[in-house]
Amino acid sequence: MKYSNFMEVTFKALSVNEGFARVCVASFCVQLNPSVDEITDIKTAVSEAVTNCVVHGYPNSVKGDVILRCELEDNVVTVTVSDKGVGIKDIEKAREPFYTSKPSAERSGMGFTVMESFMDEVQVTSNSFGTSVRMTKKISVASNALVG
Amino acid sequence: MQVKSRVHSGVLYVLLCGELDEHSASYTRITLDEIFDKPKFSKIVIDLSELSFMDSTGIGVLIGRYKRMKDRRIPIYITNPSAHAEKIFKLTGLYDIMPKIV
Repeated sequence: MKYSNFMEVTFKALSVNEGFARVCVASFCVQLNPSVDEITDIKTAVSEAVTNCVVHGYPNSVKGDVILRCELEDNVVTVTVSDKGVGIKDIEKAREPFYTSKPSAERSGMGFTVMESFMDEVQVTSNSFGTSVRMTKKISVASNALVG
Repeated sequence: MQVKSRVHSGVLYVLLCGELDEHSASYTRITLDEIFDKPKFSKIVIDLSELSFMDSTGIGVLIGRYKRMKDRRIPIYITNPSAHAEKIFKLTGLYDIMPKIV
């Protein structure tokens, strides 16, 4: 029987909630018994995605919601980070290494590159009603820790 | 985030403690600039042994400090990065401008 679990939380797009989002996903993924490296990779990718919501999704002072969903299917973690912000005009451009729409703000432009490097797969969908980033990562030694 | 610093033999040693992300970036940026603006050293070593988390926002903070010090010809070095920080540094090429020292 396939192991399956999920959690979803919604929080305001404030930078103070980035740490919460990281810990939230990491805590949920512990049931798959990931390595320290794997959990750090996931935490970093989550941090990048939530930062994008805070900085780019809601660029003005009025901050909307961030929806963080984490799904577990056997030993595969899928994290989806969504906002209802302004959207990304050119996704392909945004995913280029070192590209930033805010060069004056000392942005590295490496957010999507980090997500792509630390996760197995990253899908980005965006329109004028918001952006959703869906990331998956296979956990290497999950089979001995599944509970249910 | 906590930033500690000391000057020894003309070298400014900076210890970053805590998590460097979007939330702590502004404080870290301002604090480092205040410390770096003092003209009593010719080299900077940033010690990351107490840095528990960093994402690409941290890379932006470090590159920004590099650009400021480049004008004064003061080199910046990184020491004691975690395996996680090292992974991000290698991915972004940060070591090309801030070499790692032991």
